[in-house]
Amino acid sequence: MSTPATERLLKSNDENFTIDDFKSNMPRWCTGCGNNAILTALQRLCRDEKLPREKTVFVSGIGCSSRFPHYMNTYGFHGLHGRALPIAEGIKMARPDLHVFVNTGDGDCCSIGTAHWIHAIRYNMNMTVLMHDNHLYGLTKKQASPTSPQGLQSNTTPRGTFLEPLNPLSVTLGITNASFVAQAVDWNPESLFEIISRAYRHKGFSFVRILQRCPEYVPTMFDHWMNHPDKTLLLTHENGMQVSPSLAATYKNQETHDPLNLDRAREIASMTEQVPVGILFHDPEATRYDDIRDPDRPISPETIRSALDSEFDKFTVWPEQ
Amino acid sequence: MDTTTKPDLMPGTDGTKAPAAADKTVQTLDEHIVEIVSDSGEGAQKCGQSFAAIAARMGNGIWTVEIIPAEIQPPARSIEGASGNRIRVGANYVTNGGDETDLVVALNEQVLLGRVRTGELKPGCTILLENKWRDDRDEEIVASYTQTHDELVQAGFRVYEIPMEEECLRLVPDPKRGKNMFVLGILCNIHSFELQMARDQIAFIFGNKSQAVIDANIELLEAGHDWAECNLDFKYRIPATKASEPQIVVNGNTALALGVLASGMQVCAMYPITPATSASHYLSDIFEKVGGIVHQAEDEIAACAFAIGASYSGSCALTITSGPGYSLKQEAIGLAVMGEIPLVVVDVQRGGPSTGQPTKAEQGDLLFACFGGHGDGPKVVMAAASIEDCFYSMITARKIAETFNMVVVVLTDANLATAQQPFKRPDFSEDWIAPALDQSALPEAARPYDWDETTGIARRFIPGQPDGMHCLTGLAHDRDSAVAYDPLINQEGMERRSLKLATLQKTLTTPTVYGDPEGELLVIGWGSSKGAIEEAVDRVRQDGHKVSSLHLTFLQPLPSGLKEILHGFKSVMTVENSWSDDPASEIIDEDNRRYSNLAWLLRARYLVDIDCWSEVKGQPLKPGTVARVITEHLQ
Repeated sequence: MSTPATERLLKSNDENFTIDDFKSNMPRWCTGCGNNAILTALQRLCRDEKLPREKTVFVSGIGCSSRFPHYMNTYGFHGLHGRALPIAEGIKMARPDLHVFVNTGDGDCCSIGTAHWIHAIRYNMNMTVLMHDNHLYGLTKKQASPTSPQGLQSNTTPRGTFLEPLNPLSVTLGITNASFVAQAVDWNPESLFEIISRAYRHKGFSFVRILQRCPEYVPTMFDHWMNHPDKTLLLTHENGMQVSPSLAATYKNQETHDPLNLDRAREIASMTEQVPVGILFHDPEATRYDDIRDPDRPISPETIRSALDSEFDKFTVWPEQ
Repeated sequence: MDTTTKPDLMPGTDGTKAPAAADKTVQTLDEHIVEIVSDSGEGAQKCGQSFAAIAARMGNGIWTVEIIPAEIQPPARSIEGASGNRIRVGANYVTNGGDETDLVVALNEQVLLGRVRTGELKPGCTILLENKWRDDRDEEIVASYTQTHDELVQAGFRVYEIPMEEECLRLVPDPKRGKNMFVLGILCNIHSFELQMARDQIAFIFGNKSQAVIDANIELLEAGHDWAECNLDFKYRIPATKASEPQIVVNGNTALALGVLASGMQVCAMYPITPATSASHYLSDIFEKVGGIVHQAEDEIAACAFAIGASYSGSCALTITSGPGYSLKQEAIGLAVMGEIPLVVVDVQRGGPSTGQPTKAEQGDLLFACFGGHGDGPKVVMAAASIEDCFYSMITARKIAETFNMVVVVLTDANLATAQQPFKRPDFSEDWIAPALDQSALPEAARPYDWDETTGIARRFIPGQPDGMHCLTGLAHDRDSAVAYDPLINQEGMERRSLKLATLQKTLTTPTVYGDPEGELLVIGWGSSKGAIEEAVDRVRQDGHKVSSLHLTFLQPLPSGLKEILHGFKSVMTVENSWSDDPASEIIDEDNRRYSNLAWLLRARYLVDIDCWSEVKGQPLKPGTVARVITEHLQ
């Protein structure tokens, strides 16, 4: 990406970071876990976007993926199972100056936290949400999740899951005021980074579902997609993801998809024979709850005193003069 | 008041003036309990509240209690559908709703029956009854009205049949709207209130309506006033002492919302629930004036989590709820305890368990507030005892929350939420609000949980502060907020969080005994029952009993000095509006008796054989009931 000369000059005094600046504790994920790739992509994003570490907060729920904030050298909030989104909303509402990211899993987001997910889409507050979807519960040791493919054998479904999986993309696209919906895969770093960058730059609720490998419990879950690049549908557009020639050479199955086309986005979301990668929907104009509700009056003792006095006046019985 | 003489019923409703008016004398009363009941939507609430406000303007002490049906539009003319307001008017300061009603205005006989059957009316109580039902087209209604009327008269009630509908029809086409102001006029006349004060009150409550609306209501008010003057044969005066300082007259939920504003808190996250929500209604109206927001979340859990997020990032936040919502918030409250995030949680208690009695008064959440949630979760629990307390408790709660990085639970209840009582107009102090957000860089090697060895308090790191980066976690963690794998680290974290409660405890003052510090019996209460208990204690002391009372604001931690107080009395009992087993029951004994909340708490801590009395009738405790309980206990 090219930057105008004046802007480059202005930025020359900026603090520059390295990826190491954003590394914290050594991740305790399993070898080969897809979360490592997502972590690297996010550390790279923070470096490239020059996010001040103290102004950046990663909020998560509970689960393997929700350990994420422990491994970022920023502020982090590793909270409750399913409740990352309302906590992140509270943070963003109180502090619009903070860069807020949310890490959540398919159990965290699409099962125990579903109510919050639906409403967070509608609130459309400015934050980047990474839904690490490995199609099962890992931290509690292999139980089926809402996104598990039908028939998956797990500790709670020893003879296979009973129902068709929930589709997080089509659900998200079905909610009023959805503003940014994308899908990425952990095994393709270039498109993962490109999609997360786009998500971060969107002012609003960016929902990125990331298909994430779990080598411990379902090692072959995504082999079908990984071994057949033609089964991946790259979504490209001048207002969406742009791909390098080398990526385009590997993934020849592409569609020029305008992210403003909601109807087509819903069709793409429902595909079962191929896995779409890219930006399905992006509406930069969607109403933002944090924008509407941002208080325009600063809190000061004077404003409180005057507001209180005018309220008290409504209820006061004055002594006789 | 004199209820032995039974006056003649009013003469016919042909509009002629009764001769009774001419020679009526004005009887002076120390206090009078008045209520007005109607179907929902007939304006009895507005009439009652206005009557109370006028009394307060006159300089009388007041306490109001709302009579609320569970449904928005219950069936008309139904016993359970009674909606209205009870107002205790006194010559002196009034601290509670008092005993049974002296005078009731009823817009139909069915809503009145509900009040009669629950024993809310004093024997011989004066009843002013809308008489239009006597001539109703529906024979069943006529029969029901006539039968009820006759039974009430037989039972010794002073029943006055009043042509409210007919009189209002002279002024307005639809008396269903406006009859309440006619009734207000009657009540003002009976109590010798200055009519101008009533006119002012009407102008105030209809302030956002047109002058024509105000004039029409004033006309109805004056008509009611004149009708009573000409047709009723009694009139009262309750001496008033005008306050020397300005007073504000609000209910507990409004006081609470004003307290939130005054505390400098900036974020209130809530989910609709009765009886807490009216606090958020009012706050929604005023909070943005000072840069605050009320966020109506998608559920109770989200409301608590949202408040935690806001508070974590530097804006002390609160969430307001009632029992069922408080249950749902437990996990999130545990997170705030573990992460040491300041948080104010208000539980406006109602009848439980489950959905229980949403609109009724009960104080059954004390132990739950202290010990709810899994694992050890030290948090502060305090209770408001008056309308004024509802205001100041918000300022105190916020201070404690931010000083100790703790969760502070403030308990009020349906009684305080809807009751009105005047209190001295607060004078705002800048000390009430917190200093500006600290975003200065932290010293090198600063640790996010650098717990003080003695107090357990650690300096809180707020996002945005350079060099304070750490990952807050609900997992057991060490001083760096790193996940604890070492058992000693968990031991230390638990100890430090517990120490903060002990540190706060060291700052609390011993509450004052109401009455002598020694005697036969000490009655202990908490929350909204303070006024009723103290009034009951006054009454039994007049009977010569050595009884005192003690009221607790801080329930967790409990202040020092209580043990010494307990030992000054031969026996001790709590009086509470919650469940306890009756020791007189056939299979209840010392091995299985379940005590009421505060009794459990005090017995466990002080090893004193504290008795309890409680009831769960959904009504505020009455001083007469408490006085009877005390007297029985002494025998």
